[in-house]
Amino acid sequence: MAFYVVQFLTGLASAASLFLVASGLSIIFGVTRIVNFAHGAFYMLGAYVAFTLTARFSGALGFWGAILAASLIVAAVGVIVEMLLLRRIYHVPELFQLLATFGLTLMVEDLVVLMWGPNDLVGPRAPGLKGAIDFFGQRIPSYDLFLIVLGPVVLGLLWLVFQRTRWGVLVRAATQDRDMVAALGVNQKWLFTSVFALGVFLAALAGALQIPRDAVNHDMDLRVIVDVFVVVVIGGLGSITGAFIAAVLVSELNAFGILIFPKISIILVFLVMASVLIVRPWGLLGKAEAPARRTPGLTVNPWRPLTSNERIAAAIVFLFAASLPFFAGNYALNVGAEIAIFVIFAASLHFLMSAGGLASFGHAAYFGLGAYGVAFAVKLAGLPMAIALLAGPLFGLLGAVVFGFFAVQLSGVYFAMLTLAFAQIVWSIVFQWVELTGGDNGILGVWPEHWAASASHFYWLSLAIAVLVVSGLRMATFSPFGFALRATRDSPLRTEAIGVNGKRIQWSAFVIAGTVAGIGGALFAYLKGSVFPDVLGIPLSVDALVMVLLGGVETVSGAIVGAIVYKALSIWLVSQTEWSKLVLGAFIVLIVVAFPKGIVGTVESIWHRRPSSLRDALLGSKIETAE
Amino acid sequence: MKLSVESLNSHYGPAHILFDVGLDVADGEAVALLGRNGAGKSTTFRSIVGLVAQRSGRIQFEDRDISSQPTHAIVRGGLGYVPEERRIFTDLTVEENLEVGWQAPRANAPQWTRERLFELFPNLAEMRGRPGGRMSGGEQQMLTIARTLMGNPSLVLLDEPSEGLSPKIVEQMVEAILTMKKEGVSLLVSEQNLHFARLISDRAYIIERGRICFSGTTAELDARPDIRDAHLAL
Repeated sequence: MAFYVVQFLTGLASAASLFLVASGLSIIFGVTRIVNFAHGAFYMLGAYVAFTLTARFSGALGFWGAILAASLIVAAVGVIVEMLLLRRIYHVPELFQLLATFGLTLMVEDLVVLMWGPNDLVGPRAPGLKGAIDFFGQRIPSYDLFLIVLGPVVLGLLWLVFQRTRWGVLVRAATQDRDMVAALGVNQKWLFTSVFALGVFLAALAGALQIPRDAVNHDMDLRVIVDVFVVVVIGGLGSITGAFIAAVLVSELNAFGILIFPKISIILVFLVMASVLIVRPWGLLGKAEAPARRTPGLTVNPWRPLTSNERIAAAIVFLFAASLPFFAGNYALNVGAEIAIFVIFAASLHFLMSAGGLASFGHAAYFGLGAYGVAFAVKLAGLPMAIALLAGPLFGLLGAVVFGFFAVQLSGVYFAMLTLAFAQIVWSIVFQWVELTGGDNGILGVWPEHWAASASHFYWLSLAIAVLVVSGLRMATFSPFGFALRATRDSPLRTEAIGVNGKRIQWSAFVIAGTVAGIGGALFAYLKGSVFPDVLGIPLSVDALVMVLLGGVETVSGAIVGAIVYKALSIWLVSQTEWSKLVLGAFIVLIVVAFPKGIVGTVESIWHRRPSSLRDALLGSKIETAE
Repeated sequence: MKLSVESLNSHYGPAHILFDVGLDVADGEAVALLGRNGAGKSTTFRSIVGLVAQRSGRIQFEDRDISSQPTHAIVRGGLGYVPEERRIFTDLTVEENLEVGWQAPRANAPQWTRERLFELFPNLAEMRGRPGGRMSGGEQQMLTIARTLMGNPSLVLLDEPSEGLSPKIVEQMVEAILTMKKEGVSLLVSEQNLHFARLISDRAYIIERGRICFSGTTAELDARPDIRDAHLAL
């Protein structure tokens, strides 16, 4: 019995830091409508800065002063980020904001390695709270008890600030209607900045307080952000009390889940999240969100199928690509096959985003399921390649059927967060279920059979499938199904009113996108000859998003160009620099700020205007706010 | 001159909405802006307070050019705005709604306190702690005016204050507006209801399809039934 009580208390202690980060995210979202992906990065920075400061100043005053100072320093960094970056993107669609803050996260990950090195750092224990308390033979660290008290105290303080101060009233008013607050004479800019500073302060404080419990390392940002997304989805985005309840719930599930499913405790959290979403789609204490300002994919230039001239041009490009093996070497062909595979992957996400208006932040899950599907088919079932290849899309399809059902119940940022959480859950299962998947060691020896083994044959195979897939997705976009999907994207209510079951249409689109991603994953497994959990990881999901964005989310097939340019660039980049995350992150931020329409979108808008207004077209590539 | 607008043009995306709109409000004056639905009344107001991004022309408030200022700076200068859709903060209580509107008093405008506003709108006094979302339309309309007055403005733009209100509430509204006028607040009030406008204003403009097509005193307007029929009749 005592053991369970201690386990419960440990859960509560973890809940405190989770709550701090989640409440910060919630507060920032409430006012600025930005889901700050970089929140995990600020948490991590808080821990690193606190590590440095606590090493320099000793004693109780030194330790606690260092924790506070670290949080304030990171909050100041947050203010700079808000003023330099976020102020430029408050009016762009949520997806772009998520991506820009993700780019920031990537940069911070490399920056902390640059400044603090790649190794885990162990901070000092808290003075005065080093010991443990004996509880019927079980030991509870005093520091945990301190955290358990801290959570409710912070909740109470936040409540006081929001209920009892003028600033709090303004923030709550702005959460509901920021334009009206401006129309009453309040300068939103500083309101936003101060809110952002508070949110970042809370995240940094959580990170700083973590150092006596855990080692500081450079991947703690992604770990915490996924948990935080789960917490705010369960608790309801924008609700601080909801964040508290959900943080406790998730932490307790983790604490006890380990006893029930030692290997895959995350399944329990997933089950709870899924059931909450079915009963209350906006979370336990959340409110229904107004529809997104502007769904991705919505465009001023109407889409149309290719004209015959454009078909000829596409055919010429295809013939050129198909002739590559006659003059290129094996390395180039391998790169070519990889690009073709990523065209498939990016096109599948692009279909979901542009035609469906659904921005998935976890699309790699289906790519990775496809790759593992092939690996299982080859390694466990010993199937021949032609059949094993089908296992990829089948796995992608099954995953998309299950997760898609829940995901399409939501929209906008909730959809993005939920898909990300699902992907991370799949990743954790694959990573932890070592008996089946080999865990971190992956599954090796998934080589293509003789007929597809040579570089040129495999390249042709990938190219052919890519062309088929892209044509198929284009046909779907211009089919009655595609029309219904686009209508649902543009106006869910009106579409419902003419008798279209919007959710089912979106679910079907999700399944199509997942299946196609599975095809890409299947080829990828054969290309590399092995699969690792990386193929399900968040970075890969984000790669796909960047490809779509780079190509142009408002176009029909921009992702093809995006995939080719991005993949070629990143293969080159990785060979050139050690700090690829830093460069890549900066690149993502730059695209979002300067070219939100992407390559194809920018070219199209120049095309649609007169050549004389080239400058206007470039300037106009900044996304206008929809009225 | 309290407010002077010259050749104001506004666009929503590619759509041209206002065409060379010009109007004046003198110190202490109450002016009506009349027009049918969709004539451009709200857009005129939104352009004056800087809520329409694409606007051009000269807008002078107390002899300062405000045409390139952001909304909050314009409102800080003493130009209050009451939007048509009310836009009460539904999660906030009546008192909290008033708090959001608060600004420091200014020399050239009457000063309002919470208690004075509760005298002006007795209904609100009875529901200080009630969330804005649980009030009737008329009560919300009063709250939105009171909220703007908390900023101690010298000029108030009132967008269709009588819209959708019961006759009894409209009467109270007329009372409140006349009190504001007596205190020295200048007013620009948009209306479809000529009867209502006549009760509160000295002068009127009529706007149709984004152009000002009549300007004169309310008495002149009364004497010209042809103009009323042409531009205001439904």
